[in-house]
Amino acid sequence: MTDEPMIRIEGLSKAYGEFLALDDVSLTIREGEFFSLLGPSGCGKTTLLRLIAGFNAPTAGTIAIDGKASTGLKANQRPTNMVFQNYAIFPHLDVAENVGYGLKRLRLSRAEEARLVQEALDMVQLPDLGRRRANELSGGQRQRVALARALVMRPKVLLLDEPLSALDKKLREEMQAELRALQQQVGITFVLVTHDQYEALALSDRVAVMFNGRIAQMDTPMQLYQHPVTRQVADFLGGMNFLDSRILDETGERLTVETERFGRLTLAKPAGFAAAGGRATVGIRPERLRVLWDDERAEHEITGTVASRAYFGETTSLAVRVEGLDAPLSIVETNNFGADGLLVGAEIRLAYDPDALVLMSDLR
Amino acid sequence: MTAGATVPAAQSRRWRESDEARGLALISPTLLYAIALLLLPVMIVILYSFWSQDYLTIDRTFTLKNYQEALFQPIYRDLFLRSLSISLVVSVTTVLMAYPIAWYISFHGGRNKNLWLFLVTIPFLTSYLLRVLSWKVILGYEGVLNTGLMASGLIHEPITSLLYNSNAVVITLVHSWVAFAILPIYVSLEKIDRSLIEAGRDLGDTALQSLIRVVLPLSLPGVISAFLIVMIPTVGDYVTPKLVGGKDGVMIATAIQVNFGRAANWPLGAALSVTTMVLVSAAAGMIVLGFRALVRSVR
Amino acid sequence: MTAILSRVRWLPVYLTLFMVFLYFPILLLPLFSFNDAATASFPLTGFTTRWYTALAGNDVMLGAAWNSLVVGLTVSIITTLLAICAARAVTRYRFRGQRPATGLIMAPLFLPEIIVAVSLLIVVLQLGLQLSLLTIVLGQIVFCLPYSMSVLMAGFDGFDRSLEEASLDLGETAFGTFRRVTLPVVAPAILASLLVSFTVSLDEFILAFFLSGTSPTLPVYIWGQLRFAAKLPEVLALGSIMMVASVLLLSAAELFRRNAERRLQARESKS
Repeated sequence: MTDEPMIRIEGLSKAYGEFLALDDVSLTIREGEFFSLLGPSGCGKTTLLRLIAGFNAPTAGTIAIDGKASTGLKANQRPTNMVFQNYAIFPHLDVAENVGYGLKRLRLSRAEEARLVQEALDMVQLPDLGRRRANELSGGQRQRVALARALVMRPKVLLLDEPLSALDKKLREEMQAELRALQQQVGITFVLVTHDQYEALALSDRVAVMFNGRIAQMDTPMQLYQHPVTRQVADFLGGMNFLDSRILDETGERLTVETERFGRLTLAKPAGFAAAGGRATVGIRPERLRVLWDDERAEHEITGTVASRAYFGETTSLAVRVEGLDAPLSIVETNNFGADGLLVGAEIRLAYDPDALVLMSDLR
Repeated sequence: MTAGATVPAAQSRRWRESDEARGLALISPTLLYAIALLLLPVMIVILYSFWSQDYLTIDRTFTLKNYQEALFQPIYRDLFLRSLSISLVVSVTTVLMAYPIAWYISFHGGRNKNLWLFLVTIPFLTSYLLRVLSWKVILGYEGVLNTGLMASGLIHEPITSLLYNSNAVVITLVHSWVAFAILPIYVSLEKIDRSLIEAGRDLGDTALQSLIRVVLPLSLPGVISAFLIVMIPTVGDYVTPKLVGGKDGVMIATAIQVNFGRAANWPLGAALSVTTMVLVSAAAGMIVLGFRALVRSVR
Repeated sequence: MTAILSRVRWLPVYLTLFMVFLYFPILLLPLFSFNDAATASFPLTGFTTRWYTALAGNDVMLGAAWNSLVVGLTVSIITTLLAICAARAVTRYRFRGQRPATGLIMAPLFLPEIIVAVSLLIVVLQLGLQLSLLTIVLGQIVFCLPYSMSVLMAGFDGFDRSLEEASLDLGETAFGTFRRVTLPVVAPAILASLLVSFTVSLDEFILAFFLSGTSPTLPVYIWGQLRFAAKLPEVLALGSIMMVASVLLLSAAELFRRNAERRLQARESKS
């Protein structure tokens, strides 16, 4: 691996009239990395992907792919290939013709072309479907054809625009595992756009979370989940209990705050931390609060009353009202012992680890 | 977007590559054709209607003389009234006849929707002249209907009142246009979310109430365009009154044709054309407004 | 529920009557064109093909048929080319003035045809042009554009833009994309447009009547023959041939259109 990243984006902006779809975005993606762009619809993630692919020209900024500036290069001149959200399978061609579509321009021998197509079809586990018409394919098969069609071109970067969103839940989970395996097998850089945080966390080496045309945070899945830098990122990546706190002391990278019930905490400052009027937001994920059964004791405990509960089989979600806190705490309890005692109105004790609490900027 | 003074070159390049510019460039050949051979000619007709003609020379001073003649000469007034009433009767009849068909195809057409639509529209696209001709053959004194009825012994004398009157014109025009009225109604019925009807039934509507309170208001745009798409063209129909209308069924198109043909009074012909358009638009507009109000009142 | 059921029962009856009303007059023409009598009246007097034989030797009619063919082909090709541009523009791009532009192109559907005809007549004569097949062609293009546009807009509307993007993404040029993807996918709609505009031109009377010089098209020829009662059986024979031709052409157009629709639908239902 060289030092030069596979994709280097600097100061990239895209405006549609008055609307700024992408606002001064910079990032680098390494060779062989599985990189995801995650965010709600309209956050600019698809815009960014389409700029990388070359379907649209940026208003400002540059994109370099494999060390080559790609300004002015159209989609057909870039070493990237794309898997479209609706797969864009050519309806007038059969599966093999679809997969071989891009190869036609390379003027390979007929045998060579057929070999490459078959190889690609084998890779996506559709070895026998070459002569099938496009409209005779199931959703999952279309997705595989789209993958094969892009991969057969040996792109430097494979771009995936919400490729799994059209599939039902079970198939989606299967395809996630397959996608990850495929990426490791071919070793190509993958850039995935998704609005599904579980998909991004499960598949990616790194994830960029985007809101309003900007990257809010870019990190490994575990860092993102455990140390979100803003309230908005924390919220988008899953449940989070937000607590108000008063800043007592600030020493370099750390901050000491005073919270109701969770007491005095010294926490690491997230990147770009901004406090508002001597107050800061602290958070703890629901699964990091644990119900204490019978006479079990923990170093850090709080007590509260179950206000509501929802039973999900493997887990139970609780809202627990705690004196002194404005909002009830939400808790996800794994049903190791069943969930018999967790009835509305029951008084329960909760254990937590102070390391599980994180400090965030208050951007919503 | 305003053209920035700082980067005009980049701005104009960007504009040339925008959707706006590409769309305009792509539509321009067709649009220019339509402007040159439809819009401009119609404007020229309007101009002509304000000029006058003395034997063969055109006098280009502005005058309302043609409109005076068109509106106050009893022959033309009668022709306008008859043309408007015939086209009104035809359009109302076609809409009433077309609605159940469109409804049936949309709600009960099942897999054969397209086939039904095709079967219904074929006659509309075959020769209009030939369709009128076949009604002449049917309704004539020694025509199919009379001779058929006599052969079957139902009548002994031919019915004389079948051909050469307004009724014959109305029947022929209804036959010509009814298929065309089905399409817009069908399209608007197809757009109705079926769960809206189910919701209405769930809330206690009877089938009839559901039709009046949900289906009809939601398909109103289709009904209105069906009405307009029949009424406006039929008011100026030429072939039907000529072939089956006789003396009693003459319509305004005949007068227009005469002024552009034998009588060669273009300005008067132009004024008659413009007046036809204005009158039929006004009449149709009022009827549409009235109908909307009516439908709103039964909600 | 009972109300609905009873409606379902009388509606097919109405539909049947309606179809009889629609088709009965049209089917009469072929019926009497084979009848061995000079008038179209019951009872039928016997089968003959002599009206058709007479047609075959009628040079004026054959001339008119040739004119119709020339006009029809020219009109359908130019109309379809113009309609492809316009239909593509309105389905693919959003631009200011789109609605009025489309409205103007579609306007002949909503205008009395005679007004279109006389306005074109004024312009043609003002410009000092001779009335000829060319003037018919110019006029009929205006009249056929809305039909062509409807067919093509429906065909292009379902066209997925990402197909073209996928092609570019796989290395194909803009022109190659048009040739390898756009054209094959919309080809059925284009064929349907050609067939529909040819049929409309073939059957169009008013514009041809006003704008023709000395050489008539078939409908103008028929119009001229209607003055002579004795010519009626021959006209019926000619009319029957034209009807059959129209129906065949339109059926072919419908098949192409459906083929196109099926392709596009298959894609949509899966996504």
